[in-house]
Amino acid sequence: MNTIFAKRRARLLAMKAIRDNYIPGDQLVACPGCGRESQRKDVSEGLSVCPLCGYHFPIGAYYRLSTILDPGSFRELNPKLPAGDPLSFPGYREKQRAAQRKTGLNEAAVTATGTISGRRCVVGVLDSRFFMGSMSAAVGEKITLAIEFATKSKLPLILFSASGGARMQEGILSLMQMAKTSAALARFSERGLLYISVLTDPTTGGVTASFASLGDVILAEPGALIGFAGPRVIQQTIGETLPEGFQRAEYQEEHGFVDAVVPRRELRDVLSQLLRLHEKGGRG
Amino acid sequence: MSKHTAAERVALARHPQRPNITDYIDALFTDFFEQKGDRLCREDPAILGGVALYHGRPVTVIGTRKGKTAEESIRCNFGMPGPEGYRKALRLMKQAEKFRRPVFTFIDTSGAYPGLEAEARGQGEAIARNLMEMSRLTVPVIALITGEGNSGGALALGVADRVLMLENAVYAILSPEGFASILWRDAGRHEEACGLMKLTAPELLSLGVIDDIVPEPEEGAHVSPAGVFREVDRALSRHLAALLKESGSNLAAGRYQKFRKMGVPQASPEK
Repeated sequence: MNTIFAKRRARLLAMKAIRDNYIPGDQLVACPGCGRESQRKDVSEGLSVCPLCGYHFPIGAYYRLSTILDPGSFRELNPKLPAGDPLSFPGYREKQRAAQRKTGLNEAAVTATGTISGRRCVVGVLDSRFFMGSMSAAVGEKITLAIEFATKSKLPLILFSASGGARMQEGILSLMQMAKTSAALARFSERGLLYISVLTDPTTGGVTASFASLGDVILAEPGALIGFAGPRVIQQTIGETLPEGFQRAEYQEEHGFVDAVVPRRELRDVLSQLLRLHEKGGRG
Repeated sequence: MSKHTAAERVALARHPQRPNITDYIDALFTDFFEQKGDRLCREDPAILGGVALYHGRPVTVIGTRKGKTAEESIRCNFGMPGPEGYRKALRLMKQAEKFRRPVFTFIDTSGAYPGLEAEARGQGEAIARNLMEMSRLTVPVIALITGEGNSGGALALGVADRVLMLENAVYAILSPEGFASILWRDAGRHEEACGLMKLTAPELLSLGVIDDIVPEPEEGAHVSPAGVFREVDRALSRHLAALLKESGSNLAAGRYQKFRKMGVPQASPEK
């Protein structure tokens, strides 16, 4: 019975993955990194990385999960958690519905359990197509539920961040999600469990200043913008041009905030290695 | 209760004569000993902290510091801390835990400093670490927002058992100007933003984000500081007395539940 469901889930996941990353025909796609054009098919087959310069295109949450988890192992956590409007902010509900129609997502976070090379873990992904992956109360709640589920089940946790920061329309309750997720991670960590944070383009604001920065191991995709304040705000504040490469993944690695910059095609193997290294808890 | 609009409260919260952290320390504590530095790279004057006596009991006091004079304001970076400030605050909080001292934080900041060096030294990481560590402190923690409490820069001192606000203080995701600029690309619409952001003390009390409001004069705290200090003292004493009855692990558990409940969607999530 379970196998049937697993297969059905795998098929649904594959369908979602194809839809998320569906690239029609043999049209050309221009790379925002180098400006050159490549066949869409080549970009798509390389996990949405420019074959010429290695620029990592943003990818959707379900597609991300399909590149990481073993086929058929995906089981979504709290898929129906509703998007909220805690401040009754004018026009917000309409914008949410438009984003939901456009992306097929309920909210900016997807959380799941699954296996990587046979090792079970809990994975959460922020999707930058939904309100720039910003932290709403629903995102904070979903991430917290995933952390609590991992704590209870004694499973390793992997969170992929991609976020513009706070969800303006949820104001102070967006801010409170930073405390909520960080507190949940404190409890998770006290149980001696592994948390791997993967920073993707862009990871800024309240997400950087909470769960994204609290990994036992922090990985980043090449070229990802990672920071608390955005470059535009910093430039306005200090009135100078920012140095080349400022706040990029490589800069953060050099400044001691990232363990390793890992290209997308190697990410699954690195995650698998890290899960294996932490399996026995150091007691041999 | 004050009848001020949200925008008027923002103006009162930013009033240059509004009592600041040093005034509160002078009025409410004795034997204050300032502790400087994050033990990693530098001292950040935007956060003031140390140990003092509160009604004879040793406590740790930490607060953001906006200067009163132009010179002092520049030295304190106008109350906008860098990562060193937050790391110093965390050092003092861990020390409070070691010596079983309650922690009081006083918050008045327009936000964490958005600067090049602050980013290079991990502003985001410093704030995140404080949120995580504050959530599990096993001593009483009381935060009082005295003026502006903006962004993660305020929250980094605000993961407390009791979060109190002065009546005309404001607490928000960021300044109304920043909010209007991000949402509508027009910082000029900041008054409109004030009305929508739910940043006033009564609104935040009904949202469950804060626990208590400390009254201040209709014209603002700067009109009668002595009266405000009396009210603050009364509120701090009352909440501290209640928290001192709890065990350390109960305090941490209660603090977890307090923040855990914030922003839980209405419909019950399916498993």
